[in-house]
Amino acid sequence: MHGAIQYILSYLESNQTPGAAGNVFWATVYILLVFVGLSIAVIAMNWLERKILAHMQVRLGPMRVGPHGLLQPIADALKLLLKEDIIPAEADKIVFWVAPFIVVLAAFTVFVVVPFGPTHAITDMNIGVLFMLGVSSLSVLGIVTAGWASNSHYPLIGALRSSAQMVSYEVAMGLAVVSVILMTSLNETSTGTLSMIGIVQSQLAQREWFIFKFFPLGLIGFFIFAVAMVAETNRAPFDLPEAESELTAGFHTEYSGFRWSLFFLAEYSAMIAVSSIAVTLWLGGWLRPFPNALPGSTWELVFSLIPGFTFLFLAGMTFYSTARMPKHPLFRVQTIGLGGFGALLALVGLILFIPGVRVRVQDIFWFSAKVAGFMYLYIWYRGTFPRYRFDQLMKVGWKVLLPTGLALLILTALVAMRTELLADLRGAWRP
Amino acid sequence: MNPATVPANPPVATPFFFYLLAAIMIIGGILVITRRNAVHSAMALITTLLAQAALYLMLYAPFVAGVQIILYAGGIMVLFLFVIMLISIERTQKERQFNKQWLVGIAAAAALGGLFIAVYTTRTGGRTLFPEGRLTYLEGENTQRVAALLFDRATGTYMFAFEIASLLLLVAIIGAVVMAKKRI
Repeated sequence: MHGAIQYILSYLESNQTPGAAGNVFWATVYILLVFVGLSIAVIAMNWLERKILAHMQVRLGPMRVGPHGLLQPIADALKLLLKEDIIPAEADKIVFWVAPFIVVLAAFTVFVVVPFGPTHAITDMNIGVLFMLGVSSLSVLGIVTAGWASNSHYPLIGALRSSAQMVSYEVAMGLAVVSVILMTSLNETSTGTLSMIGIVQSQLAQREWFIFKFFPLGLIGFFIFAVAMVAETNRAPFDLPEAESELTAGFHTEYSGFRWSLFFLAEYSAMIAVSSIAVTLWLGGWLRPFPNALPGSTWELVFSLIPGFTFLFLAGMTFYSTARMPKHPLFRVQTIGLGGFGALLALVGLILFIPGVRVRVQDIFWFSAKVAGFMYLYIWYRGTFPRYRFDQLMKVGWKVLLPTGLALLILTALVAMRTELLADLRGAWRP
Repeated sequence: MNPATVPANPPVATPFFFYLLAAIMIIGGILVITRRNAVHSAMALITTLLAQAALYLMLYAPFVAGVQIILYAGGIMVLFLFVIMLISIERTQKERQFNKQWLVGIAAAAALGGLFIAVYTTRTGGRTLFPEGRLTYLEGENTQRVAALLFDRATGTYMFAFEIASLLLLVAIIGAVVMAKKRI
């Protein structure tokens, strides 16, 4: 018993990820935490997307289930679980059954290497980015087989579109990623790294986020990735595989109930996964903003207080809404519920002020805040951009993003090696 | 459960995982050639390729494993499925599958298997051809080692072979374009 406790506590002093420390207990804890956190994030994303889209279109959005529709995702989940699960008579049963699981597995497995902080990752791999890109590209297999197994026209066309789209945009995405890998090798040993934690640490060592590196090269790479990742996750304005006006619901037309909800879960967790790649590669991962302009221990303290104040601010807004609830007795339960939710947020905010918690959790906060920014962008795109036509989509992928990516890669290499190249040239001129 | 007795990184390359992955690969390979439905065959092939990637991981070569997943499972097999999906399954299931070279195939497979067994059991001076101890490489540097073998000015010996192989692929691509287009 004592040995077991010592085994559990020994990790806390090691300052490593559980995978690197080889600690099975903490690895399991981290896996569970990531799984639960991801599920909550998907549920919250569902509610936020409907609310934000509604407000963009001057509607109210869900208002009936719970105060301001807060319990709507739970009601939706219950409905989906209780719905009849239909498998079409002419469908290929086994493939139809397997396809959603491929998509979900691919979407969740990539979170093994996502670095929420220098020690807050399930594990760190030597091939981190490669692993994330590779495993997330497996989800297209699930989409293709889902469309084929349904044995119906709309899903088949949706699957064909999505496979063509995802394979095309993977190329541009890969080129943008390689330009960042080049930037990580700019140190004394000139050895780059593919590890997710290593990439953030090299941004820390170079005192620069890679989005600002070799301005505007880093920015262009980020832009290519930001476009390609929307296409990779089949979201608006690139949501042709599930274009409602043309294909009903695309590859998951024939799916219902729990199986459909697996596709939904996978889509949103894939969005979070590609956003966290973008955050890690270009936006400094878990690093706090303005490390150069506002250095010093005082600013460190100020920035470490921001997570707590953010939650207190959210709690304050909730209390304001509680005060503005209608005073009719029918709304009493909802008012109490909203107040309780505000109290919960305030409690989280107060816990985040405890020094021990504050130091260990602020990395996670900054990482999640940056990813949340991307999630908002996804909703914003959906609210503003019209859908691309398929030929336009292919034109953007192959004729704009791919040549730009190639030029970017060559330019980054030239700029990164400029001193060596100049030295070589001088040597060649003076034999 | 004393931390002193727990090794820092227990090896993943245990015989159990090797036999598990090998069994998955063999079953997958058999399914690829026995399924009548081409999509089922393709999915069995994907399973085999993923198990193969896991075998590379067991050899402490994570970079090769990652490239295997990206290129084969994520790239080539998607294109395979893309083509297979458009085949009429009803017609292919009615047609008789035949293979006129099964006798030669069995002979070749048996010869290869026999060769493997012969190499594995040969002893010269009481030693097999395989090293006794288990070689453990630094897993954390695999990508960098591969890069050094390819591109380093001092140790890079495989650059030429690598470029020749990529030229071969380029020839195949050009050939496909020439065959597909009547006028270029």
